[in-house]
Amino acid sequence: MKSLYLLVCVAGGIMGTQCAVAQDFVIRGATVHTASAKGTLKNTDVVVRGGLIVAIGSDAGPGATVIDAKGKELTPGLFGGLTDIGLEEIAAEAQTVDSTLNLKSPEWDQQWRPELDVTLAYNPRSFVVPITRIEGVTWTVLVPSAADSIIGGQGSAVVLDGRYDAALAGSRSLFVQMGATGARVAGGTRAAEYMLLEQAIHEARAPGPIGQGALLHAAGREALTRYLTGGRVVFQVDRAADILGVVTFAERNGMKPVILGGAEAWLVAKELAKANVPVILNPLDDLPLDFDRLASTLENAARLQRAGVRIAFSSGDTPQARLVRQLAGNAVAHGLPWESALAAITSTPADIFGLGATHGRIAVGRSADLVLWSGDPLEVTTLADQVWIGGRPVEMQSRQTELRDRYVEKVKAHQAR
Amino acid sequence: MNMISRIALLSSVACAVSGALASEPFASTYQVPVSSPVLIQGATVLTGTGERLDGADVLIANGRIQAIGKGLAAPGDARVVDAKGKWVTPGLIDIHSHLGVYASPAVKGLDDGNEATAPVTSNVWAEHSVWPQDPGFETALEGGVTTMQILPGSANLIGGRSVVVKNVQGVTYQAMKFPGAVYGLKMACGENPKRVYGEKHQAPSTRMGNVAGYRQAFADAQDYQQQWDKYNRELTEYNKKKAERADGTAKKSKDKDAAADKELVPPSPPKRDLKLETLAEVMKGNIRVHMHCYRSDEMATMLDVADEFGFKIVAFHHAVEAYKIADRLAEKGVCAAMWADWWGFKMEAYDGVQENLAIVDFPERSCAIVHSDSGDGIQRLNQEAAKAMAHGQRAGLTVAPERAIRWLTANPARSLGLQDQIGTLEAGKGADVVIWNGNPFSVYALAEQVFIDGALKFDRAHPPAKPRSDFLLGRHIAEAPL
Repeated sequence: MKSLYLLVCVAGGIMGTQCAVAQDFVIRGATVHTASAKGTLKNTDVVVRGGLIVAIGSDAGPGATVIDAKGKELTPGLFGGLTDIGLEEIAAEAQTVDSTLNLKSPEWDQQWRPELDVTLAYNPRSFVVPITRIEGVTWTVLVPSAADSIIGGQGSAVVLDGRYDAALAGSRSLFVQMGATGARVAGGTRAAEYMLLEQAIHEARAPGPIGQGALLHAAGREALTRYLTGGRVVFQVDRAADILGVVTFAERNGMKPVILGGAEAWLVAKELAKANVPVILNPLDDLPLDFDRLASTLENAARLQRAGVRIAFSSGDTPQARLVRQLAGNAVAHGLPWESALAAITSTPADIFGLGATHGRIAVGRSADLVLWSGDPLEVTTLADQVWIGGRPVEMQSRQTELRDRYVEKVKAHQAR
Repeated sequence: MNMISRIALLSSVACAVSGALASEPFASTYQVPVSSPVLIQGATVLTGTGERLDGADVLIANGRIQAIGKGLAAPGDARVVDAKGKWVTPGLIDIHSHLGVYASPAVKGLDDGNEATAPVTSNVWAEHSVWPQDPGFETALEGGVTTMQILPGSANLIGGRSVVVKNVQGVTYQAMKFPGAVYGLKMACGENPKRVYGEKHQAPSTRMGNVAGYRQAFADAQDYQQQWDKYNRELTEYNKKKAERADGTAKKSKDKDAAADKELVPPSPPKRDLKLETLAEVMKGNIRVHMHCYRSDEMATMLDVADEFGFKIVAFHHAVEAYKIADRLAEKGVCAAMWADWWGFKMEAYDGVQENLAIVDFPERSCAIVHSDSGDGIQRLNQEAAKAMAHGQRAGLTVAPERAIRWLTANPARSLGLQDQIGTLEAGKGADVVIWNGNPFSVYALAEQVFIDGALKFDRAHPPAKPRSDFLLGRHIAEAPL
């Protein structure tokens, strides 16, 4: 393990930022949770070459660095959920927040800007990035929002290795705020959300000049049109009736819907399974926090899984994206099979965002985004021993570990006196 | 002593105690329920005193812990719980809850946590905002929480009185109120008060404005107390004189006596000021200060303010930077109530570390507490502790389960001044007990049975047929189509 750290920063990247170089190595003898159909493999080797997983279960041959992982557990790098990592340093300090578009348009003269791609605001130098990745979270999906429109804009998945070009190709999605929250900016009723969406779709499909009272600019028409032929649209929505409404609407308009929130999704689990619509939920949400979420329950995840709905987990919390394992563990405590819980923070979100062929599983040909754990990865007392992203070892340090080290020493020294 | 002077003297004693009324209003109506004895057998018991007993029994009867040990005999009418493989702890205590004052659903009509109309509202009492039908009480119970302190929010420098409740079903908050628990006073450092009032273009808008605000409020309360002290002195004098004359009355003629009585004027009491009355009680040590304070430098400032006015801060809440002054807090005997890992949502939370609890716990005489401030977090206080244990371990600060449980039980009980009644499993203590399906410091742990004063309030094997909250009645009917 020590020798691995020495590899960090031996060669600067082109931009002087990517210190750690991808190495060829073998992680030997771990319990490997593949998050694939192969399930969990005991005492297995994972061979990494050129940043990719090239073999599972067989030795790398001479020359490769060997990492002894006996008694440890290996998972794919975790999905941090839908967050504003790199878009928001401190939520309460507007100067540090780039996640929300606010054109200050009045309700009666809305401008919709689906062409906005919040990925452009991503800052890989954010302190949140190392703080999050040393906990095993290697990627997240950036969520845009708008203060005065139900269309938040577009966002992509980003890999948390510190690179500037962090967006993962093919993951770009459009985000729409529905339900009571959307109704507040749509004119006071959730029915207006559909009214405005219909208007925008008509505009996008209509050739010719942009008329008075239009929601979209030319670039917006072009952007929205891309989502009307099977584009991925993430609808934030909780109430059962609204979930069904969104699914019907999306299908009619050629969108591929993803449900985000879904507090009451279990009530319409059969319909979601039939329509093959995935749900990204927070399995800890069990309080009737508003009248869109009266049916919230800790068993949401388990019930959806039993009905055959694909599920992924997200707290939506940027500084606490690292707690995604705790979401998964609690879902297990409330009836979700362990393998499904791991899938909900690895392979299923990768599939949902079009990254299943490259990310989210320990499988040959996939990016070597890996986490070695001291024990059961879903257990809160387990910590990440080592994280790799694209075969590069992550330096297991952050601003928080430096704060810790400074003051742990202080308290120990004081007590020793 | 005649009847009138007896009454006057009594009222003078009452005034000396509180500057106000002898009997507190809004008294608790909670009664310890009648329940049959329970013998919990063969469990791993974390007593909350720092001990771990394996294969031990816990006997509960008459609302109290009767005995803990191996091979206890069950009284004839006892219900025996086979707890092999299970863990038993004291009921969990959350000293920072807004259940009932920021209830679910979070609608305007139930938004009762912050009287954000003036920076000092020591006249308001959280209990008058508590909605006993908050569904969050029931989910907290399912997480093993048996006692909580409900506080006003942190918009104000001095937000008002807290209330300590038992997590029992009640139509009124008085039915939940912990009998005999002293009040807390919620105060707040830092960003929230200066933001709330700064945005209104009034004081405070800075941290120095905050400190000026606390000091002026307590200076006013000192003045108020002096008025009462003066009144009480005058009243004593008056009563003394009156009694002397009454003694002399028998010897003197009726006419003379009447003339003398006219000269003796009783002092008039100062007008009660509910704001200053509460602060005066704080300075007398009858109300315990719980202070929202993230930054270590601000905690140090507040310890000095408390010294200046002669009151004690029992606990800093949201003490995200407590780890920077762990020694000082331990030396001063001040508790720090913390989250395991919240950080970064505002500037004063930027220095959060996951080792905070373990570091604060490390010095001798420390008092580390896990708190929630959240309807979600209160359901999983055990997991918060578990995360902090893991991070402490990695930093070389090992905390055993028998010690970590004190973060959720004995230490919060101490901060509430209820350490003689709850927080540990010891013979004679109130029988607030949780039976867990395994080691509680695990993400998979669930509370199976929760007892409050010996009565089984939650049984996971036999969940209640109907929700405890009136608000949730009818939900299952609405969820089922015809």
